[in-house]
Amino acid sequence: MEQFLQQLLNGLFLGSIYALIALGYTMVYGVLRFINFAHGDVFMLGAFSGLYLNKWLGPALAPFHWSLSLTVILVLSMALCAALGILIEFLAYRPLRNRPRLNVLITAIGVSLLIEYTGQLVFGATQQPFPALIPADNIALTGNLAVTNTQMIVFVTVVVLLVALRYIVMSTRMGLAMRALSLNPTASALMGVNNSVVISFTFGLGSALAAAGGILYASLYPSVEPFMGIIPGLKAFIAAVLGGIGNIPGAALGGLIIGVTETLVGGYSSAIGLPTGYKDGVAFVILILILLFKPSGLLGKTEREKV
Amino acid sequence: MKRYQAQIALLAALLISFMVSQFSGRMNDYYLDIVLTAGISVILAVSLNLVNGHTGQFSLGHAGFMAVGAYGAAVVSLQLGPQLATILGSSGTGEGVAFLIALVTGGLAAALCGWIVGVPSLRLRGDYLAIVTLGFNEIIRVVLQNTTPDGVFGGALGLGGIPASTSIFWAFGAAAICIYVVTTMIGSTWGRGFLAVRDDEIAAGSMGINTTRYKVTAFVVGAFFAGVGGGLYAHQKGAINPEGFNFLKSVDVVVMVILGGMGSTVGVILAAIVLTVLNEYLRDFEQYRMIIFSLLLIVMMIVRPQGLLPATLFQKKGRTA
Amino acid sequence: MLDRLLSRAALPLSLSFALFLTGCGKEASTDIVIGEVASLTGGTAAWGKAQNEGVKMAVEEINAAGGILGKKVKLITEDDQSKNGEAATVTKKLVSRENVVALIGEIASSKSLEMAPICQKASVPMISPGSTNPKVTEVGDFIFRVCFIDPFQGTVMAKFALSKGWKKMAVMTDVKQDYSVGLTQFFKEHFTKNGGTLAVEQSFSTGDKDFKAQLTAIKAAGVDAIFVPGYYAEVGLIASQARELGINAPMCGGDGWDDASLIQVAGKAVEGCYFSNHFSTEDKSEAIQGFVKKYQSLKNENPSTFVALGYDSTMLLFDAMKKAGSTDGKAVRDVLARTKDFPGITGNITLDEKRNATKSAVILTIKDGQIVYVETVKP
Repeated sequence: MEQFLQQLLNGLFLGSIYALIALGYTMVYGVLRFINFAHGDVFMLGAFSGLYLNKWLGPALAPFHWSLSLTVILVLSMALCAALGILIEFLAYRPLRNRPRLNVLITAIGVSLLIEYTGQLVFGATQQPFPALIPADNIALTGNLAVTNTQMIVFVTVVVLLVALRYIVMSTRMGLAMRALSLNPTASALMGVNNSVVISFTFGLGSALAAAGGILYASLYPSVEPFMGIIPGLKAFIAAVLGGIGNIPGAALGGLIIGVTETLVGGYSSAIGLPTGYKDGVAFVILILILLFKPSGLLGKTEREKV
Repeated sequence: MKRYQAQIALLAALLISFMVSQFSGRMNDYYLDIVLTAGISVILAVSLNLVNGHTGQFSLGHAGFMAVGAYGAAVVSLQLGPQLATILGSSGTGEGVAFLIALVTGGLAAALCGWIVGVPSLRLRGDYLAIVTLGFNEIIRVVLQNTTPDGVFGGALGLGGIPASTSIFWAFGAAAICIYVVTTMIGSTWGRGFLAVRDDEIAAGSMGINTTRYKVTAFVVGAFFAGVGGGLYAHQKGAINPEGFNFLKSVDVVVMVILGGMGSTVGVILAAIVLTVLNEYLRDFEQYRMIIFSLLLIVMMIVRPQGLLPATLFQKKGRTA
Repeated sequence: MLDRLLSRAALPLSLSFALFLTGCGKEASTDIVIGEVASLTGGTAAWGKAQNEGVKMAVEEINAAGGILGKKVKLITEDDQSKNGEAATVTKKLVSRENVVALIGEIASSKSLEMAPICQKASVPMISPGSTNPKVTEVGDFIFRVCFIDPFQGTVMAKFALSKGWKKMAVMTDVKQDYSVGLTQFFKEHFTKNGGTLAVEQSFSTGDKDFKAQLTAIKAAGVDAIFVPGYYAEVGLIASQARELGINAPMCGGDGWDDASLIQVAGKAVEGCYFSNHFSTEDKSEAIQGFVKKYQSLKNENPSTFVALGYDSTMLLFDAMKKAGSTDGKAVRDVLARTKDFPGITGNITLDEKRNATKSAVILTIKDGQIVYVETVKP
């Protein structure tokens, strides 16, 4: 039982990170209807900017409490990546605004490769240790359950960002514009929404979330390398689709489902005689099963197509 | 004569590739490898084009079908090779027939998988379908990776020592057949249904077109040729490994299709060849190679989003193709 | 329809081919040209670059000493981008276009398996620095390696574990790496045959970051030690997460652990863990210290095992060329096959009739954040 609870906790923490990355996918998709393949790479850049900011600002921030330096680094990286996201959108995606979505998809793949290989050139191919922005400490809950404070802080940060995002999308003018654009770009433009500004904002916000995800992820798993974004990016993408792409609570739910099932399968498959390596395929199997019964994801709305 | 043009072109292509193949022994192995890679890329791109370009279903799992075909064909050659050799004889023709059996087995196995993936495609659209096919691709990889190392599929190491049977004749012969099948299918009255499904599924359905059947057919035929391409690839490289068929390989094929121009067979063939050759040119740039490639991709999409040779280029006035 | 398509296509097609073929000129060279295949970019670039450093070092040294057979050595390194399928193409390029007389590479066995048949067919000797799967050299008599193979290393670690009195162990295998699967297989064979039990068998994949699911299962089983035959990138995280979960059992593994970043990432978590390796930078012998110092002066870090193996394979090749008095593939092969007690950085290399190196392994441990030598295990 204790082992099972521990596995659930493990899954919860893993899932919360997937959820955070999935939010970025879902937001961009919700507004622009395209899969931003480069999202996982912005996530990687977020982690690296955290690494370098800590290197440069670390000495200056040393006298203060770690929570301050964490916040400073987190906010700066988010701002940096937001600017980068807006730049990417402006240079690579904006010229393709009214073109078929597949073209934008290929461009996104191009941007993704560009970031990865430039990253490899600049940062080197070898993994680098990520500084302990949150001093490691074990918080033992009851009995033998192990939870670190890093995990708790990451979890809380994810929840805060999630709520903040929900607020932005549902209760601000910008959020309203985003939703309008998502529903119908032409109509929203006619209603006086500046679509370009909204799209830039969405990209900035999504990239900032990716950066936060990168730093939190690197704090949990303290090694960073230029290709670190591919796998979490893919898993988060699945999570976003699973929950119904374009839907914010759906992305969070999808992330949690993937995290928990993956952990449970990893932990128990050898007990029921399955090769443990099947863990990697589990996320996809769940995805396919759910989509078979609910083709637009768990919380996604079924869009009726009119002729 | 005009009625049989396509058939004559196919025969001519087979004959030419057979004749060229006779002289390939004099060719530098490296150039031969590039030419074979180009031929296999053409098969992969044209077959994916049937699904993505002509039928409008977005598949991101072509490497999965390729893997099934590659493993299927390799297992036939490695496990049944000796038996086939005793039955068919070890003459050139005997070996050829054995290789044909291997390729077709790989293709059929992939086609079966194509059918399995094609069925969910009835319910899913666009990005949802894309992610499901991608998932299928990854599942294939994970399953192959977790087989036992000493077993038939070789686990993480994969399979080695596959006979190098792929020649210009096989690669381009298969490519010619693939192009022939796809173009005649699409060009036929019946095949207009594929385009109808792409252009407007609901309208097509209400006109009495069995959209389900077209979608599944596209997946099965596309997968069959991807499987054949995989079989050729296995017998070209001599060694295969589950990692070689990850979703990035699928992305490579998608890039060929979109770069060539969705739904344009000639454009896609051209893109497959250009990308293969470009890959060799960029080798000299080492570290900068992928950076240059990705920049080219982005710029290409911005300045020429319709692809190198878009399908509209080949349309006669008043007729859609 | 088709003829119209073909006639439209004929021009660009033939153009691109013509363009391609004219681009392929070749300069004549009086140097001895050797080839190297390594993954310089992509997922496994860290190992490929290490191998490349070692090979470059050996080539520079030999050229500084006047070359071999009165000629300078020219190295052509091709990048396989860590992609399967690419290794075969670049090998063909090196062998048939650049006409290299010998080849060094690859580290990953799956890529060496692509290269080997090509080298065998062309009668070009190939020395793999780090492919440990037995199947690689089985391809033919032109294929050699300077590292020990999975059965040996797996057995070494099993013997070592038994000697430490560990009876109940867990194992975590990287299912994406045949190397890891191989080590587990032979470790298990020897360990269970000699009284040990493997209580839990778990697995992960290269690139994973979260191992808590597997480790929680291992924790529940309560084991004496954990065998983790993976690569440093994952091992570091596995170790830290094991400690976070309160698992204090020591861990052990193979040569994949050897990288400075392991300790940087895992810190105290790998303290008291053991791994087998090809050599120890602590070794007092003059050759090794000279090598380590030289590398440190170039790169400002300790050479990893793949640097040393890359260096050794190149030096072994040069030695064979000198002894053969020519660079002819068959002559070099014959000398290579007779290699006995070649003094390499990674130990005295003797090649057996299967062209595998038989040499001793060293066991290292991590103490106070430093890698410390424990013992040498003879074959």
